[in-house]
Amino acid sequence: MRARSLLLTTALVVAACTGGGDAATPDPGQPAEPVAVTLLTHDSFDVSQPVVRAFERDSGIELRIVPAGDAGQLVNRAILTAGNPEGDVLFGIDDNLLPKAIEAAVFEPYESPELSRVSDAFELDPTHSVTPIDRGDVCLNVDLGWFAERGLTPPDDIASLTDAAYRGLTVVENPATSTPGLAFLLATIARFGEPAWEDFWRDLRANDVLVVEGWEQAYFGEFSGAGGGEGERPIVVSYATSPVAEVVFAEESLDEAPTASVTESCYRQVEFAGVLAGTEHPGEARAVVDFLLSKPFQQDVPLRMFVFPVTDDAELPEEFVRWTEEPVSPLVLPAEQVEAGRERWVQTWTDLMFG
Amino acid sequence: MDRPDVRLSPVSRGRSATESPAARIGRIALAAVPAVFLGLFFVYPLVSIVGSVIGDVHVGTVLGDARLRGVIWFTTWQAVVSTVLTLAAGLPAAYLLARFRFPGRAVLRVATLVAFVLPTVVVGAAFAGSRPSLASLLAAHVFFNLAVVVRLVGSFWAQLDPAYEDVAAEMGATGVRRFTDVLLPLARPSIVGAVTLVFLFTFTSFGVALLLAGPSRATIEVEIFRQTSQLLNLPVAAALTLVQLTIVSALLWRTSRTETRSAVRQGLVSSADTARAPRTMGERVFVAAAAPLLAVAVLAPPLRLVWRSVRTSTGLTLQRYLDLGGVRRGSALPIAPLDAIATSLRVAAGAATIAIVVGVIAAWIIASSRPRRGSWLAGLSAVPLGVSAVSVGFGYVVAFDSGALDLRGSVWLLVSAQAVVALPFVVRLVEPVLTSTRHDLTEQAAALGASPWQTTRDVVLPVASRAILGAAVFAFAVALGEFGASAFVARLDSPTMPISIVRLLSQPGAASVGQATAMSVVLMAVTAGVTVAIDRFRVGTFGRL
Repeated sequence: MRARSLLLTTALVVAACTGGGDAATPDPGQPAEPVAVTLLTHDSFDVSQPVVRAFERDSGIELRIVPAGDAGQLVNRAILTAGNPEGDVLFGIDDNLLPKAIEAAVFEPYESPELSRVSDAFELDPTHSVTPIDRGDVCLNVDLGWFAERGLTPPDDIASLTDAAYRGLTVVENPATSTPGLAFLLATIARFGEPAWEDFWRDLRANDVLVVEGWEQAYFGEFSGAGGGEGERPIVVSYATSPVAEVVFAEESLDEAPTASVTESCYRQVEFAGVLAGTEHPGEARAVVDFLLSKPFQQDVPLRMFVFPVTDDAELPEEFVRWTEEPVSPLVLPAEQVEAGRERWVQTWTDLMFG
Repeated sequence: MDRPDVRLSPVSRGRSATESPAARIGRIALAAVPAVFLGLFFVYPLVSIVGSVIGDVHVGTVLGDARLRGVIWFTTWQAVVSTVLTLAAGLPAAYLLARFRFPGRAVLRVATLVAFVLPTVVVGAAFAGSRPSLASLLAAHVFFNLAVVVRLVGSFWAQLDPAYEDVAAEMGATGVRRFTDVLLPLARPSIVGAVTLVFLFTFTSFGVALLLAGPSRATIEVEIFRQTSQLLNLPVAAALTLVQLTIVSALLWRTSRTETRSAVRQGLVSSADTARAPRTMGERVFVAAAAPLLAVAVLAPPLRLVWRSVRTSTGLTLQRYLDLGGVRRGSALPIAPLDAIATSLRVAAGAATIAIVVGVIAAWIIASSRPRRGSWLAGLSAVPLGVSAVSVGFGYVVAFDSGALDLRGSVWLLVSAQAVVALPFVVRLVEPVLTSTRHDLTEQAAALGASPWQTTRDVVLPVASRAILGAAVFAFAVALGEFGASAFVARLDSPTMPISIVRLLSQPGAASVGQATAMSVVLMAVTAGVTVAIDRFRVGTFGRL
């Protein structure tokens, strides 16, 4: 009786657990099934269904999209599971997070043939651990209606945010947890230099800035200019393309964007994808990277994620041509300086803002 | 659960003198099961954390860092305030439920217990406002620790002979005086116990703190999680874990000493006799005021959650429940909520099975050993209760990452983590029953010629089966709601229910929050159902956690 119940127990445990699902395990019994490839990405990832379906049909790959929080959490997760990944491909790592991921051997190098269509300016990784997919600019956004109503002039520079006139009006993302948050911190360092940027943030805190964890919370939760949002603050750290998103998603058609980006405040970001080292489907994973650089995906990117494609032949949608103002000379810091200083800056920032 | 909790006669534990060598080997082999399990999935991860800190300056770095000192300070003072508030609300509630009969008493008793068993993320969802706030954090802490005071102090009062009060009344003491001069001093040991537990629980608060405290405030638990998942600063996370472990163990050690010293014998009777209808005017006023207040405190948050799950800007709807089967576009969940529920049920079933097998063996060994011999196991299996799930989860991240023990991404890590967290409850529920059964029945069985193994198999286990069943169901409920350890080890593509709820709550927008509340209601219903079932069947006592 004892042996039987032990057996039963074991069977129960096994039955209870095997279903828990190891996504990467192939199913040898049914070779006809499409290979499932898991794409780990951040919560802001979006793609049109027809684009995915066409890819799945042509490639015989079933694409599973798994969001993992913001880009920082996504990359940390990948570093903690380096060599034993939770997916096959990762999309959404930006240039600022790249060095520590490459150091942790998160990616398996792959030089996509599609890279011939990408401008050299975006190929920031000579080892080809990752492949550039899109670019965007993180900029201050302002709610034009809010300022018009009060007869106030919106800020035109990062430095203006500490003016008493803009007290309690700004919401930013925590650079420790959010990619645009980090980009904006870097923008302030590029703008003011070391250590003057610390004084700026000290003043900004005194000027009642609101810090939230991530972009979605900042933009939809706190920013007054977001369509359908609930926020009350008219200045937010967002993207150069956010105003065009407001026009595209507006319930009634608009002649003018209700918000504007502050071009003098923009910081350039490139997003990459890479094959995760240890994947059981390296061939299919590479095919997914190629897909992310394919013309259909690249042309889908602007209106789904509101960033710019990196390939030369991708045509921008009309809304982008009409409504976006690309910053002429975005703020930028050399990658080496970012790598050397990032951790210390974030720590200093955390102490300044929460200490 | 009205089973008297305080043992009136010293329980004689001890092996029979005539144990055969075979039985001895069997006992040692059996002891290896909990020892190996706890060694591998509890001690080893914690040792790995400590090992990663030793020889480094990180603990010093943590204590030298003003912000991290601030985290430790915030953790401490919010726990103190939470404990004081819980005691202020809990003592009248305990008195009310222990001493008086009134309509709705049974419902309030169970509702208080349900509040304690509810998963932290459900409580977080119930108390979440539009913004994080300290008030909501404290309120949530009081809400689900009320049961600790009610159970510990209340069960003592329920068994205290009313003669104490009657004598005081005859001597002219008013109701208030009887409470402050008789009931409170007598209950001091159980109040100390309750205070310790509430402080421990709120000091190691994670799910609630993560959801309610906001980005600028963090308990040590939350900070360990942020340092790991957001900053990838494992040395600082390890140092913080060590700081927390030190504080918690010091507290546990101190309490265990006080407990032994202050164990006084009092005149205890069965609790069925002590509750009565309020007699005097003062008592009636007290009951009429306290009962509705308690009802609001324990019933309003769950009801608010249910209400929010069906309410939209346009009216009432069940749509959010109907949508649980589908993947919402743009959702932070890669799977349908229903799949997360299935994952949770499967993993929790596995965890409960392991916890029961390991826990019952551990309880059996504790019950059948000489007090000193078995106590190491009792201590070891109780520790996860205080050590905090976050430490366990973080330990798994540090420990199981290379070589033969590279279990990253394995569902077994998740199952083991939940089993470790559920294990102390199993031991606490099963061990007293086994101990008393052995005492009562084994001598008779032995006198009739049964071997110790036969006695255990044919006498002790059948009698204890109800307690074991109750413990299994309780372990299942704990595993189902487990969040602290799971947050570190659950796979991204198959999140459990609590993880899904937190993910959804972190996304702005009515659709996300709506779905999170609907899932919370489902999780609440399951755990509440389980708790009510255990309470109904009186399968054990939670009094001595």
